[in-house]
Amino acid sequence: MSNLEKFREETKSWLDKNCPASMRNGADPSIPVDEVWGGRNAEYKNPESKLWLERMGEKGWTMPTVAKEYGGGGLSKDEVKILNEEMFFIGAKQPLLSFGIWMLAPVLLEYGTEEQKKQHIPKIIKGEIRWCQGYSEPGSGSDLASLATKAEDIGEKYLVNGQKVWTSYADKADWIFALVRTGPKEPKHDGISFLLIDMETKGVSTKPITLISGKSPFCETFFDNVEVPKKNLIGELNAGWTIAKKLLQHERAFISNFGLAAGMGSKRDVISIAKKHFGEENGKIKNGFYRSEISSHKIKEHAFGLTLKRAGDEGGKASATASMFKLYGTEHNKKRHELMVAASGINGVAWDGDEFDDDDKNLTKAWLRTKGNSLEGGTSEVQLNVISKRVLGLPSQ
Amino acid sequence: MKLVLSEEEQFLKDTAKNFAEERSPISHFRSLRDNNDPVLWDKDIWSEMVNLGWPGILIPEEYGGSNFGVTGIGVILQECAKTLTPSPLFATGVLGAYGLTQHGTDEQKKNYLPKIVSGKITTALAIDESSHHNPSEALMSAKKEGSNFILTGKKIFVIDGDSADLLIVLARTSGDKGDNAGLTLFLVDSKSPGLEKIKLDMADSRNYANIVFNEVKVDESNILGDLETGGETVDDILDIGRIAISSEMLGNAESAFETTLDYLKQRKQFGVLIGSFQALQHRAAEMFCELELTKSSVMAAMRAADENSNELQRMSSLAKTVAGETLHLVSNEAIQMHGGIGVTDEYDIGFFLKRARVAEQIFGSSKFHTERYANLSGF
Repeated sequence: MSNLEKFREETKSWLDKNCPASMRNGADPSIPVDEVWGGRNAEYKNPESKLWLERMGEKGWTMPTVAKEYGGGGLSKDEVKILNEEMFFIGAKQPLLSFGIWMLAPVLLEYGTEEQKKQHIPKIIKGEIRWCQGYSEPGSGSDLASLATKAEDIGEKYLVNGQKVWTSYADKADWIFALVRTGPKEPKHDGISFLLIDMETKGVSTKPITLISGKSPFCETFFDNVEVPKKNLIGELNAGWTIAKKLLQHERAFISNFGLAAGMGSKRDVISIAKKHFGEENGKIKNGFYRSEISSHKIKEHAFGLTLKRAGDEGGKASATASMFKLYGTEHNKKRHELMVAASGINGVAWDGDEFDDDDKNLTKAWLRTKGNSLEGGTSEVQLNVISKRVLGLPSQ
Repeated sequence: MKLVLSEEEQFLKDTAKNFAEERSPISHFRSLRDNNDPVLWDKDIWSEMVNLGWPGILIPEEYGGSNFGVTGIGVILQECAKTLTPSPLFATGVLGAYGLTQHGTDEQKKNYLPKIVSGKITTALAIDESSHHNPSEALMSAKKEGSNFILTGKKIFVIDGDSADLLIVLARTSGDKGDNAGLTLFLVDSKSPGLEKIKLDMADSRNYANIVFNEVKVDESNILGDLETGGETVDDILDIGRIAISSEMLGNAESAFETTLDYLKQRKQFGVLIGSFQALQHRAAEMFCELELTKSSVMAAMRAADENSNELQRMSSLAKTVAGETLHLVSNEAIQMHGGIGVTDEYDIGFFLKRARVAEQIFGSSKFHTERYANLSGF
């Protein structure tokens, strides 16, 4: 038996023993489902969610490619493929959703000191610490590099003052990775540092933001004379912009997956919705105008999916590709929701009450929420700028 | 299904790129047009392509071909399209070669395939009878008379129809307009008595003809595929043709985009390069994204063809739709971004617009294939 075959056998039997019944195919639908983000204050409706996270975290399989010395799985690419396949076969749930995994850990591995990696990465992998992202500010949206939250050198520590906005789940997070201004006299890109701040530190406070779609995970985060140890600085002083950009690539790659629709037949599928509201004739949506628009849209979606696959087959390329996927994925997702709302007619704009079912009401909220997709993580216009300059080499004015 | 080229495929693509740039730059196409060349492709260029083995790429080795697959011929067409190289490669090396290889009898294969490989004959596929592609609407009649069929009717917009030696003709042996059943494909010598070619003058200055069949006699041994099921046979040939023409259209679009991008980096107005204007940058970036989607769609469709995927039909409609829409966009934007010179005949960019609109019609427009995609997807 080759090493990989052996690994597959071991993985299969480990999953068999350790993946709880409610975390895989055939789970009892009466058991409540948790959205597991981990952290100090995590609460679980289903104790098996916690158990599953602990077991996977112990193996390091929430970040299987990371080296074992940082708590990762230490697996090769081939082994990860096998792990994913075996998890897919039994329908195993992802044990942990985490900005730490998706955004922070990759840049910590690249820019952090040995001590910083050892301090933070194992806790990210085990889901013990939940992270949030402190980038945007009220005065710094697309022009992120103009950010004003300042960190002053007061000897042993930095003194942080300012405000962040659009910090997802700041009210639930344990730590924040934040961009702060450490060089007020330097050109704007050269005076920014990347700083890690414990949310329990005195002077940190948060306030949730209500969106057009209703409640949201977004918060405002305030820093009022917050003292942060100097060892929490990642990379060089005033060199945070490079790290910030790198992290944005990870974020964009992640957001672009939104463009891929749920499979046909799921309730949030534009074809099922159109068939429901217009009826069907020989399997065709009984409204020619909507049908042709939906087909055009499905073709684009298909082509986009193939492009993601091609990028994977090509081995994943530079930042500009991430910009394209972010742009296309989010614009496509907006269009998809517009089509679903339009095909639902009056039901597509239902807000509340018993006259409409939950699918309709949830769709309305979901549609409104998509308007933020092409704003967060860099607007579509910012992505177009990135493509123009970095890929096409068009001149600046 | 890997959506990257193999080393051999990449080598073939590079060879084609060099060939097109060195032997057949756009000026070559321009001179054929300006000199009213009778076939609108160059015999020397074609024999060089023959020497490179290109017409045999879809043909099995036993008949002298290389059996290198749709991806192989696709990347060649893509590169040749970048310099608008006119040649019989599409109608002969794709439609004829694939049609005969896949659906011919042993006798037919023995008879024709080696001649295609050696460049002795070229072929054409005669399908359409009205302004919009729709094979099942064919009305041309094929009446049985002893061991012969008598073909009567008119085929239009036949690619290379004016020059081809062998025609693959779709005719009705039973049924009515709109029925996919009752259609049969025939191999017809273009010099047959009663056959009249009328050369067409199209916007893209390529070789097309309408062909009139006045009781043209064809022996029953010249049926390609089976009697009455020619609708399915032709759809299979067409799907490969649609994928190949999509690859060609991708090449057209890439080249028009590249030329436009260069222009944005050279042309100055208001004292600055026009490529620094955000109004143009964003449109260029959007074209880039559409081109990336087109590359993936075409590549996946070529792979589907080579892997005999049961998704072939859907992938073919996907590729033709996406390539058609992208080329439509890029050819229009290319003209607009070039400004005044873009609408002069002296400048090459207009050729791409003309070629684009003709190619968009070949074997079904984006609208045709959007509808077909919906049908095939079950909605």
